[in-house]
Amino acid sequence: MLKAIGVSSLEELLSQVPQELRNSRFDLPPAMGEMELSAHMNSLAGKNSRLVNFAGGGAYEHFVPSAVKALVSRGEFATAYTPYQAEASQGTLQAIYEYQSTICALFEMDAANASLYDGSTALAEAVKAAMRITGKNKIAVSAAINPQYLATLRTYFAPLPDVTFEEIACPLGVMDPASMAQAAKDAACIVAATPNYFGCIEDTDAIAAAAKAAGALFIAIVNPASLGVLNAPGAFGADIAVAEGQPLGNALAYGGPYLGVFACKKEHMRHIPGRICGITKDLDGKRAFVLTLQAREQHIRREKAASNICSNEALCALAATIYCALLGPEGLKELGELNVENAHVAAQKIAALKSFRLKYDKPFFNEFVVECPCDAAALRDALAKEEGILPGIALDKKSLLVCVTETRTHADIEALVNALRKHSNA
Amino acid sequence: MPESIPHTEERLLSIEKSVSGRRAVRLPKAAKPASAYLPQNCLRAKAPRLPELSEFDVVRHYTNLSRLNFSLDTHFYPLGSCTMKYNPKANEELASLDGFGRVHPSVPDFAAQGTLEAMYRLEKCLCEITGLSAFTLQPSAGAHGEWTGILLARAYHAKRGDAARTEIVVPDSSHGTNPASAALGGFGVVCVNSGKDGRVDVSELKKHIGPKTALVMLTVPSTVGLFETDILAIAKAVHDAGALLYMDGANFNALIGLAKPGDFGVDIMHLNMHKTFSTPHGGGGPGAGAVGVTKALEQFLPVPRVEFSNGQYRVRTDYPNSIGQLRSFFGNTGILLRAYCYLRQHSAETLRGIAENAILNANYVLAKVKDIFPPQFDEHCMHECVLYTDTAKMGVKTLDVAKRLLDYGYHAPTIYFPLIVHEAMMIEPTETESRQSIDGFIAALRAIHAEAMKDPELLKKAPHTLPVKRLDEVGAARKPDICWMK
Amino acid sequence: MFNPEKCKYSRTHEWACAENGVAAVGISDYAQHEISDIVFVELPKVGAKIEQGKRCAVIESVKAASDFFAPVSGEVVESNDALVAEPALANQSPHEKGWFCKIKISNPAELDALMDYAAYQKFCKETKH
Repeated sequence: MLKAIGVSSLEELLSQVPQELRNSRFDLPPAMGEMELSAHMNSLAGKNSRLVNFAGGGAYEHFVPSAVKALVSRGEFATAYTPYQAEASQGTLQAIYEYQSTICALFEMDAANASLYDGSTALAEAVKAAMRITGKNKIAVSAAINPQYLATLRTYFAPLPDVTFEEIACPLGVMDPASMAQAAKDAACIVAATPNYFGCIEDTDAIAAAAKAAGALFIAIVNPASLGVLNAPGAFGADIAVAEGQPLGNALAYGGPYLGVFACKKEHMRHIPGRICGITKDLDGKRAFVLTLQAREQHIRREKAASNICSNEALCALAATIYCALLGPEGLKELGELNVENAHVAAQKIAALKSFRLKYDKPFFNEFVVECPCDAAALRDALAKEEGILPGIALDKKSLLVCVTETRTHADIEALVNALRKHSNA
Repeated sequence: MPESIPHTEERLLSIEKSVSGRRAVRLPKAAKPASAYLPQNCLRAKAPRLPELSEFDVVRHYTNLSRLNFSLDTHFYPLGSCTMKYNPKANEELASLDGFGRVHPSVPDFAAQGTLEAMYRLEKCLCEITGLSAFTLQPSAGAHGEWTGILLARAYHAKRGDAARTEIVVPDSSHGTNPASAALGGFGVVCVNSGKDGRVDVSELKKHIGPKTALVMLTVPSTVGLFETDILAIAKAVHDAGALLYMDGANFNALIGLAKPGDFGVDIMHLNMHKTFSTPHGGGGPGAGAVGVTKALEQFLPVPRVEFSNGQYRVRTDYPNSIGQLRSFFGNTGILLRAYCYLRQHSAETLRGIAENAILNANYVLAKVKDIFPPQFDEHCMHECVLYTDTAKMGVKTLDVAKRLLDYGYHAPTIYFPLIVHEAMMIEPTETESRQSIDGFIAALRAIHAEAMKDPELLKKAPHTLPVKRLDEVGAARKPDICWMK
Repeated sequence: MFNPEKCKYSRTHEWACAENGVAAVGISDYAQHEISDIVFVELPKVGAKIEQGKRCAVIESVKAASDFFAPVSGEVVESNDALVAEPALANQSPHEKGWFCKIKISNPAELDALMDYAAYQKFCKETKH
């Protein structure tokens, strides 16, 4: 090959890199073969505790049918590139269209994109879109959204000093109407999660009305796994809906890769960030799929692009699409009902324990906050270390956010209740 | 010619195959309906319009969809700047072990020691490879990483009390995400024209940098596949102006094991796990864009970060000068685990071998086709070469060549990028393509060139053998139909 | 119909056709030919104040987004909704159905800075290398 190139050594090809930069020493361990690597990785995996999981807080354990992994791990999907050459990517493109459609159906919205990184960045993009659409710079945001989402929003808007935040107080576990009306004045959007971070379902009629009165957009953060039973954002009056799509067919995996879902009403379609796939026809008039509305994107608009996103979470979106196809509308309803029932049974049993009480008296989906008689984090650690149970997320010194999905059996719930009793002397 | 992909009739959507009452997965039935626990007004009124299919229906549908794709496992993808190298299967399996997959991101640290150890070691490895002091693994993509770098630069200058740094400088050859990220950071974007040799001209650069410059963003090697030979002088000019130097690491495959960006003056850089580090592209994602910094910038890194003390790996968020969180939870952990697997299978020597073979393969292609597709810059390239289609001579455009390559069973190279090269075609074979594979690609290019001279219509109407022909993109954009909900 | 011969033109290929203090504006036939298939047009809102030479609208084709720079300053009194509904009008009929918006001119002297039809034709010839 060197001969074909017309050089006598590889060194000649490297000559444009200054000599003094090519003498680096790399202090790295020796290479492992596949067998050693397998032993190493299995050993590391074994160092992660096996816990019966009652934690939610934005990442949810749901049963993923085997067909999801079998299909998503096909090399033709997993190792395909971004579908810029549409004729060679019809599989990926049709799958994206079906994903967009799945989201629109679940959310009762008119338009969705091909995915963003996660729920928090999808929220940041939604807020940016709302500011562009309304021309306003104020963000009214519920204090009951996932604190990590709020942190992400603050990071995103830190460089833009004109942008202000006003938090809506939630003293009783849901947004206080007076606080909401005040915050909504001159706001580009009202951001509310339902179910919210405390698990409580919000009064969406009131939020939609408040947004309309203020000329603001209603941005709803929802849990897609709940939409088999709970009212959908498009139906309850949200203008833009975002979500963490991980509950649909994707593993917990210590935080990622996850799936940022973005959906909206028809009139905001041109403000959607990221890739979108559309149906069209080819030269022979045959149905085909293609990335469309690309002139909004970074590779064309550059510094004028609405978003800088390039790579997204395509394979995770595929998993979500296949998961929903396997469950169908009936399966998603069953999923929702089981989650609701298991969580309510558990909540009742925990509340029956001496010195434990449910903090909020509001409808909830599969999560609820429990007030503990002892330090919540210490209690959580004790259960994790000694009972093999993760009882939830310690919100503060006294509160535990407990989540019960369809994956927890009645035996699991009994074990949790017994463990809470035992380790709190309740 | 490769065998044709089977054509079928008009492709149906999953919803169009739906049969009422069909189910793939049944869950246990709850004892009571949701209305027993929740008020009616928060319940869904109408079932969502989703397909009702059996598992077999779903498997057949998506399996057949997958077979419509070109993919790296099936085809050569010489996409410049994308580094389409083989995705090792061991990495897929090991990163997806249940011990990693089942871990909730909010578990206490003691319950995630395995994952945290892998993340910690990955960070240290990336530091060693790049010569930088610390890395954040949180960004979920290259663009997310660029955005992070911009926020870091902003924090750095704010801490210095220098409010005048309002501009970011990028070359005209930069990837669109660079200026897009800069604008999102509230910075003005200043564009510097590349020199005649495709590189940054130091004196030209000096005219555009000064007290208003926060950051200069360079891709090294550049998007025309050339190393900035004057990089030390460039870095000096940037630092003399009080600015920071950012390196877009999309092309790091040319440097891994060979040169350390920390050694040539880079202050901040991102690395694309889905490029140099072999994690799969997934049809557009997920990826990950780790960002590394020099010691001076460590304090600003996003949280959370992993540290090791008293024999335990801990997640810390108590860094008072941190720019904060960029997204929820730790990052694209599953992808990072794949990158970790990849790096553990290499030594310093084999890493250098990656860069050397990537450079060798790109120069081989260049040497073998430059007579028919001239290089924009006639010199040896790094890991990718940028050629162009001489439309006057060939009577066709780069687009037509690209579409015809699909008929030959090759994914087209990157086309019409970088913007500074007219009718550009950027070819990056990577080190994992065999000589046989590359020779086949070269033969295809030569055959297509000959076809163009004889019968340009063949190219202009290509592809002919794929599941679909050229598409009506104008119609798709004028009357967008983006979901089956009508 | 905004007779091309009666219009004035900017160096960035926008036309302005003024009557009774209101100028209709759009892109020239040369521009629509260069941009090729237009898929979307983003127009300023009625009531918006725009400045000569500043971007006030965006034209998207499949592969590019082009800025529309206001040929005159003033207040937007009408936006062409038909064009937003059917962007192809800017290609098919750039001087009639494809008009962008109507502007109440704040400074009539600005029209003098624009090229007349003959000068614009010459300008286009020279631009075509």
